Amino acid sequence: MIEVDNIVKAFNGKEVLKGISSAFQKGETNLIIGGSGTGKSVLLKCMIGLVKPDQGRVLYNGRDFYNSDRETQQSIRREMGVLFQGGALFDSKTVEENVRFPLDMLTDQSVEEKQERVAFCLQRVGLEAAAKRMPSEISGGMKKRVGIARAIVMNPMYLFCDEPNSGLDPLTSVKIDELIKEITEEYQITTIIITHDMNSVMEIGQNIIFLYQGNKLWEGLNTDIIKTDVPELKEFLFSNKLLREMEK
Amino acid sequence: MSVIGKYFIFLGTLLGKGEKLAVYWRRLMEECVGIGVSSVFIVAIVSTFIGAVSCIQTAYNLVSPIIPVSTVALIVRDMEILELAPTITCIVLAGKVGSNIASELGTMRITEQIDALEVMGINSASYLVLPKVVAAMITFPMLVIFSAFLGIFGGYLAGTLTGVITERDYLYGIRDSFVPYNIFFMCVKPFVFGFLIATISSFKGFFTEGGALEVGRSSTDAVTNSCISILIADYLLAQLLL
Repeated sequence: MIEVDNIVKAFNGKEVLKGISSAFQKGETNLIIGGSGTGKSVLLKCMIGLVKPDQGRVLYNGRDFYNSDRETQQSIRREMGVLFQGGALFDSKTVEENVRFPLDMLTDQSVEEKQERVAFCLQRVGLEAAAKRMPSEISGGMKKRVGIARAIVMNPMYLFCDEPNSGLDPLTSVKIDELIKEITEEYQITTIIITHDMNSVMEIGQNIIFLYQGNKLWEGLNTDIIKTDVPELKEFLFSNKLLREMEK
Repeated sequence: MSVIGKYFIFLGTLLGKGEKLAVYWRRLMEECVGIGVSSVFIVAIVSTFIGAVSCIQTAYNLVSPIIPVSTVALIVRDMEILELAPTITCIVLAGKVGSNIASELGTMRITEQIDALEVMGINSASYLVLPKVVAAMITFPMLVIFSAFLGIFGGYLAGTLTGVITERDYLYGIRDSFVPYNIFFMCVKPFVFGFLIATISSFKGFFTEGGALEVGRSSTDAVTNSCISILIADYLLAQLLL
């Protein structure tokens, strides 16, 4: 379980996050939604330790990340898997080397053990055939899947995904969503996804948080989100014509 | 001043808690090839022509009958060893290696590859930059020795082919009044310049913010700042060591 408690973050005097608190449960896909510039990515970066919040705490199963010693922080980091928006694959390494990278750097496993684990993860995301290819030779959707394989290779307890569907066609988006949900349930991971994709909200969002101008305006289940009476959330949800007509 | 402070803090992080030694060894070998071996061609071309031009221009200016012709070779040798090989070669390398380092790290930064390393709990500065710095400090002196040799050889070729100096005079000149300490001085310079180029370029690339335009700007800043630092360090080393 991950808890964020009163997270405040400002850049050059401008408050981007204004006291966000929430709890994200194990085995659930937790979604953070909101328009562009509402602080979603900053909140994610605060959670994974890339941006230190000005105030507040981030607790991983009760361990306060920012008030821990370096060793504890390192061990928490090693329990995380992160899928970045563009995949963040290392350009100079093949798909297989990218997935194996955390094992090479952080474990003392034998070559055979590492190969076995990498093969399993690539098979899990359906990319066994692309193992020897370079990131520049694969599509955007494949890059995201390699990113997922790299994120799960260390058996993480927490999985963070920053806009996993951005730049993908609707069909590939659905596949990526389904893959993340399956992995979350199969390995009982605490998954947090940043998105503004409505399909993801409806399909895989179990617990949803809506951010608006750095504030948490709404939190609940995907079954309740349609019934919301928060005007900003309604505007966000029904911004497209099809959904507006469905609402009517 | 804050940038200089940030630069020294950055240097401190390079020596922070690192990764396994085997990882560094593999990275060092990769960087030695990327920084050193891939620069051999450009260094060879520049050095040979600079040596050739030095010989022709020195001969053109030394037309007095009381100065022996072999002095041309002596001057070419000392110019090459004391200044041209270490300084000009390193300025060329600042352009090639410095821009390469800054754009590589800048691209890694804006495509979140550095963030990915940090999230894994890897000391990204140490993992990415330290092998580059060590590789530059190892390979630059080798390239400069190679450059000095080719520069003197270029002078020999130009001098003997154009007839401004005979082979005998040239060979006599390059051995005349030789000071072995100058070789030590020649090797100290690229060691220092390699450190400056690699750290300044890495610093510029590592803290790139924005997109492709900013990567280009970091790359240009890396070359400019490296060249200025080379010239300042060149002066200081000459004052200190000669």
